[in-house]
Amino acid sequence: MTDSTHSFQKSIQIEVNGTLQRRLVEPRTSLVDFIRDDLGLTGTHVGCEHGVCGACTVMLNDEPVRSCCMFAVQADDMRVTTVEGLAPERGVMTKIQDAFCEKHALQCGYCTPGMLMACHALVADNPHPTEDQVRDAISSNICRCTGYQQIVDAVMHATQPESK
Amino acid sequence: MKAAAFDYIRAENLSHALDMLSQNGGDAKLIAGGQSLVPMMAMRLARPSLLIDINRLDELKNIEMTEGQVKLGAGVRQRDLEFHPQLHALLPLVGKGLQWVGHEQTRNRGTVGGSLVHADPSAELALAALVLEASLKLESKSDGSRQLKANEFFLGPMFTAVSDTEALTQIDWPVWQGTRIGTAFEETAIRKGDFAMASAACQIQTHEDGRVHRISFGLGGVDGTPLAFPDLAKTLIGQTISPDQARHIAHEAVQSTQPGSDMHATAAYRKHLAEVLLCRALETAYAQACATLHASSIT
Repeated sequence: MTDSTHSFQKSIQIEVNGTLQRRLVEPRTSLVDFIRDDLGLTGTHVGCEHGVCGACTVMLNDEPVRSCCMFAVQADDMRVTTVEGLAPERGVMTKIQDAFCEKHALQCGYCTPGMLMACHALVADNPHPTEDQVRDAISSNICRCTGYQQIVDAVMHATQPESK
Repeated sequence: MKAAAFDYIRAENLSHALDMLSQNGGDAKLIAGGQSLVPMMAMRLARPSLLIDINRLDELKNIEMTEGQVKLGAGVRQRDLEFHPQLHALLPLVGKGLQWVGHEQTRNRGTVGGSLVHADPSAELALAALVLEASLKLESKSDGSRQLKANEFFLGPMFTAVSDTEALTQIDWPVWQGTRIGTAFEETAIRKGDFAMASAACQIQTHEDGRVHRISFGLGGVDGTPLAFPDLAKTLIGQTISPDQARHIAHEAVQSTQPGSDMHATAAYRKHLAEVLLCRALETAYAQACATLHASSIT
């Protein structure tokens, strides 16, 4: 095989946050690099690049996946939602995003997009999770500021309004 | 942490995938969910020149659950299996093991066959396949198909009997018949979903008086492959299992293991963990079998 990668380029189309994106990509381009570098959507973060930290979590056809652990070509003809696509419109935040602000659920913010995707995925399936269920859901994501408690607080706050 | 360059083709069907494999031999790799392969490629531990994507092949996604046997296409997603309504009635050990497989994010992409062919010594599905004596179907363009038992399939760490031109296409899981069956899957990992430092799986069927009728158990993460202990299991047939006996059997089992040491745990600690986990698995599965007075309803 030649080292020239140009011959390997593939044409793909992925619907990202409601917009159909058509691009030529090298097969080795990870989905997260495609989202960040090709589309300029830098909300999704790259942490470990081998499936451990969860910072790159996005929704693929409405299910959370690690976007560093798949190549963009594998997402051809699929739908992706990134952290930029969570809120319905510019200037508005989701209840969970608001609760992250309210409960100080972030410090450096590096894990935040992945945490938000994991929490939204949980709440989509389970609108009123218990604390244990929240902890289980975010066990897939690493926060190096050790802010887990506030993240749990935020999700409980957003999903159980009576506890306000 | 970026994969080396490669070419990519999406297989149109299984026959197309096998064709491409036989044409490209060891330079090509099949990819399904990619949850093991993509990190390996990112770390450049794997550098295939061609990826053949089989993830969308419906013919590999078949789930057939009957009272005698469960047949799973190699491409069945772990997440789809996890939520199959009959899984816990027919293959409770697999149901319990799946809870320890990665995270929701990885189970949404990862496949049953992908985990088995990756053959990580700490993989839960590999341990379950060994303990339940699953049968694995390999297919290739030139040699047709062959069936291997799980104990013939796993040869070493990340090393299986699958040749460069073969694909794992189906896994057949025997379903234990009758009632009074108990199962347990115990594991310790740094974080839930991480690789097991050690794991233990056990399935037991008892007679009405509590004597063991059938038993199989194994350990993961403490050797180059998951391990089952059929000879040791035989010594328990016709016996009841006291806590002392469970401890004794677990102690005997770990004697032959050869765990490695790393930054997370020394070999000695892994051995200790394995012994504790296996003892716990034996006791839990046995207690559950004894407590199961009525048939688990299979609908």
